[in-house]
Amino acid sequence: MQEEYLLTMRRIDKRFPGVLALNGVDFTLRDGEIHALMGENGAGKSTLIKVLTGVYQMDGGEIRLEGKPMVIHSPQDAQKKGISTVYQEITLCPNLTVAENIFIGRGKGVWVRQKSLEKRADEILSKLGIPARSTQLLGSCSLAVQQMVAIARAVDMNCKVLILDEPTSSLDDKEVNRLFDLMRDLKSRGVGIIFVTHFLDQVYAVSDRITVLRNGELVGEYLTEELPQIQLVSKMIGKELEELSSLSETEEKKTEEKEILYEAEGLSSTEALPFDFAIRRGEVNGFTGLLGSGRSESVRAIFGADKVTGGTVRINGKPVKISKPVDAMKHGIGYLAEDRKRDGIIAELSVRENIILALQVMNGMFKPISRSESEAFADEYIKVLNIKTASRETPVGSLSGGNQQKVILARWLLTHPDYLILDEPTRGIDVGTKLEIQKLVLKLAEEGVSVTFISSEVEEMLRTCSRLIVMRDRHVVGELTGQDLNQTQVMKTIAGGEA
Amino acid sequence: MKHFSFLKRKEPLNDTQLLMAITIGIFLIMYVSAIMLFGGGFNHAQQIFDMLNDNASLIIVSCGLTIVMIGGGIDISVGAVTSLTVMSCVLYLNRGGNIYVSILLALGIGLAFGLVQGFLISYLEIQPFIVTLAGMFFARGMTTILSVNPQKAAHKTFNALRAKKIEISWLGYKARNGNLVPARIELGVLVALVCVIFVFLMLRYIRMGRNTYAMGGNQQSALMLGINVKRTRFMTYVLSGLLSGIAGYVFMLHTGAGNATNAAGMEMNAIASSIIGGTLLTGGVGNVIGTFFGTLSLTTIKKIVVTSGLNDPWWQSITTGGMLCFFILLQSVVLGKRSKKKNT
Amino acid sequence: MKKTTKKFSFNGFGQLTIPLIAIALLVVFNLIRDPGFFSIGISHNSNGNAVLSGNLISIINGASELAILAMGMTLVTAACGGQDISVGAAAAIAGSVFVKVLKASSSISGVTVILAFLCACVVAMIFGSFNGTLVAVFRIQPMIATLILYTCGRSIAYWINGGATPTVTSSIVNAIGSFIPGIPVPTPVIIVVVMGILFWLLFHFTSLRLFTQSVGINGSAARLNGIDARFIKLLSFIILGVCVAVSGCIGVSRLGLINHETLLLDVEMDTILAVAIGGNNLGGGKFKLSGSVIGAYVIQMLTITLYAMKVSSTDVKAYKAIVIILLVVIGSPVIKEKFSRFLARLSDKRRKVSVKGAEE
Repeated sequence: MQEEYLLTMRRIDKRFPGVLALNGVDFTLRDGEIHALMGENGAGKSTLIKVLTGVYQMDGGEIRLEGKPMVIHSPQDAQKKGISTVYQEITLCPNLTVAENIFIGRGKGVWVRQKSLEKRADEILSKLGIPARSTQLLGSCSLAVQQMVAIARAVDMNCKVLILDEPTSSLDDKEVNRLFDLMRDLKSRGVGIIFVTHFLDQVYAVSDRITVLRNGELVGEYLTEELPQIQLVSKMIGKELEELSSLSETEEKKTEEKEILYEAEGLSSTEALPFDFAIRRGEVNGFTGLLGSGRSESVRAIFGADKVTGGTVRINGKPVKISKPVDAMKHGIGYLAEDRKRDGIIAELSVRENIILALQVMNGMFKPISRSESEAFADEYIKVLNIKTASRETPVGSLSGGNQQKVILARWLLTHPDYLILDEPTRGIDVGTKLEIQKLVLKLAEEGVSVTFISSEVEEMLRTCSRLIVMRDRHVVGELTGQDLNQTQVMKTIAGGEA
Repeated sequence: MKHFSFLKRKEPLNDTQLLMAITIGIFLIMYVSAIMLFGGGFNHAQQIFDMLNDNASLIIVSCGLTIVMIGGGIDISVGAVTSLTVMSCVLYLNRGGNIYVSILLALGIGLAFGLVQGFLISYLEIQPFIVTLAGMFFARGMTTILSVNPQKAAHKTFNALRAKKIEISWLGYKARNGNLVPARIELGVLVALVCVIFVFLMLRYIRMGRNTYAMGGNQQSALMLGINVKRTRFMTYVLSGLLSGIAGYVFMLHTGAGNATNAAGMEMNAIASSIIGGTLLTGGVGNVIGTFFGTLSLTTIKKIVVTSGLNDPWWQSITTGGMLCFFILLQSVVLGKRSKKKNT
Repeated sequence: MKKTTKKFSFNGFGQLTIPLIAIALLVVFNLIRDPGFFSIGISHNSNGNAVLSGNLISIINGASELAILAMGMTLVTAACGGQDISVGAAAAIAGSVFVKVLKASSSISGVTVILAFLCACVVAMIFGSFNGTLVAVFRIQPMIATLILYTCGRSIAYWINGGATPTVTSSIVNAIGSFIPGIPVPTPVIIVVVMGILFWLLFHFTSLRLFTQSVGINGSAARLNGIDARFIKLLSFIILGVCVAVSGCIGVSRLGLINHETLLLDVEMDTILAVAIGGNNLGGGKFKLSGSVIGAYVIQMLTITLYAMKVSSTDVKAYKAIVIILLVVIGSPVIKEKFSRFLARLSDKRRKVSVKGAEE
């Protein structure tokens, strides 16, 4: 007889226009288990979660809860059936009290009995050991407590499956531990917890099992204690460790010692801890580390995207002040942001307008690029970068992800930067485009442009970068060049020195 | 005193309470300094009652608007609906109508506007500003279609009702000729107070009220929490319409006549009252008690301007605008500081 | 800040479709009602000039202030995702300044009129930047921020006028409000054309359109591309200030007097409506000035049509409201979706029927 699972997902398929986001993925969850769901960007974990919570409808496959097959229509429907989710961004109302956040939207009748609800809420809070008062405004609680309140709500709704989607990314160590205690407590009550995170230490601290996804496919399900950290990293990133060591040493990259273009000392921003950094002319280097390690925040500080709080910056040896993006642009720095939708494209504007945007900003308001000129620029880059679009006047929002990314690349290339920062340029796009972008980076370097490259896929970075700065928990933990520039070494450094 | 109740609680002030406390505080300071500077009329209880008598309908309308604004919407039809109600009821009464039916008529007109506007906004998802703008145009137009000329109510029972005032002798004052003039409160004020208390209780203890706060605080979250956002939004507009109808009747009780220019600009005064009372147009924050004091503050500043000898007609609005500016900036700064503190 | 993305746009039909359909319907309706409605004649005004006259002319002439304000409002809407409700009050202030300066000079010549207009412009721009600062720097919603000036603007105008409604008698001012001798086209219409050309030049010789749309669509991305969003928002309010001054001066010139209470009364509501009817998203982003201008003419044509139908000027609002509601209901996303689903079902049925037919 097969083991009875709490939740079984079999051969789940989910297609988006042009992408197969989930390809026959299996996932199982047992009673009273904390199951970590791991994978890098675009691996399909968030899609899987969204299928499970009814945000998306799957295109194929089967979901069984306690052995019974079921269809989930909406997030509310999922909640009713006992599947609750606590998202990274709190989906509660900060302007209501803790008690109300636990009970609102659930009761029937006209009157809200505040006092009795508050009493019940206090009981739940003390039962779960959540350090909050029921009468407190949710917005006045720390993020960790807010998350715990969301969990308390789920628990009080008799959830069987609790999904925690990146719950720890904005918590400090103490808060994380408190959350873990709560998770263990729930586990002992028989709740199955799916834990999505990118912090490896936390996975090992709390989870029983790990399922790894990559590129929309299942890599495997493992018992946490049987899977060493470094192997987990390699499974997430791609290559099997054995395979790696059998690979011949990466050929040494020519690193001509050209002059230093950009140099920062103790640079920090509201989001990034102080760090030192330098790049030579024509050099390609990269920040690596897992998601949330501070790699993006560091490059944002270089570009002045977040408020810069300290440090000195020199370009070509001369001290300069970069406090906002336009300063960086004037000094020849371009920045392709990590979140394409939020920080990159102007969705409703045309491909042409998106391409000329940065150049136009640098030219200033009173030197508009003429229509014919901009059309020529757009046509040129559509051709050079092979952007697939119906016309140069198509709204950029209607293009596929890869082509949107190329449009933004074109936008920066058009400014002829000396130094280009590419944060996850290959995220969520097809393999062909990925290769094109990597080739482009190398070509740019040959032409003397310095590039800082960030990618979740280490392989990509090894192929393009001659120097890797490794980050972990918002600190620079190592710098790899020459001989050390191989996957094993990178993973060791990311995983924390152990092998 | 209601507004001191937060002192007994262990919780720190939330945004709603903080903004309300600021309003009440500034109102008290303003009033006390008016008494000290001008004495005169300000130390009579009648002064406050006059302010209430004159503004009962504005208070009621502001209550409705506060509900809508807490839910993250806006209703600029309220003044026009009030005006239409006045005109319809006066005309109806003058044709020998029944007084009870006239009350139902007032409620019906308000309700009808609320229902239609609420439906268009919540179920057809049309911008509230546009819908209620059209509602305002329609109500104003209908008022003049009914009658361009002012209509005085000539209904006996109604005028008897109008003349009814509550007199409190111990709050009265001695007139120059030595006679004791008792404090007079109009019936409309009682209606207004009932409305304030009702809305206060509704926002606090009734499910729909709490849902309104949730919806205004974060619509997406409210949806995820299982709140029927559409119905809640619909109800806020229905209530606002209904209260406009009530306000119309109260307005009629006060003036006793229908006029096409009745309640002109009342929607903006109501918005100003709500904002001064600590309601944010972004939604989720606000309290009807604050709105009540917001209206009083608006009136007090006007009285002060008049008393202080700035007799030119423009000073009232200019000081009102200045006060509005002050409160808006204050809110922006106070809430900005708070959210910064929370982040670090 | 919470962002409710309830879009009010007719983009699905092409932005200009709805306002153009509205105009077409009004034209057809009027032609059926009265075939001679749009006939243009030449008459002689009191000065003995030959001038164009007719309903069409009075529509185009009457919508001038609205059209000019709608242009500026479109820009504010696009950049800030909100509307300025103080334009009428600000126009009253500008008009008062205009009259005040004219009155201060002993004789009114062309130079003094220009000087007076420039003063009005500067004042309107100052008030515009006051609104703009509240919106751009203090991040207050445009409607709330401009409520301040809406509340006290007309009183400020009254104050400037010294508690009166001063009149100006000058042939130049009169010419601005009606006709320039020898030119049969009403001057306000010429001014609208000039403003339109100025806006065209502004968009042609600067990259303001691109920057404004970027800020309105995706403020975060605009910032990361080096656009100063605050400046763009402030600028949109200042430009609206210029539009306010122009339409305020036209309004004053039409009557030859400044009445702080009635000058461009309720124009803010009509202006916002014009922007919306023009198919612009009131939540900001992409915009078409031409849409808003057409929207302004739709409103005016509707008003004149109602007048022609013997609806009194005070009752017009009620009918206007019905038309507005019809327009927005047709444009509502929910209705559109239902309609397209209905069409899909219809074609589905047809296909099924034809398949059945083929099987048989």
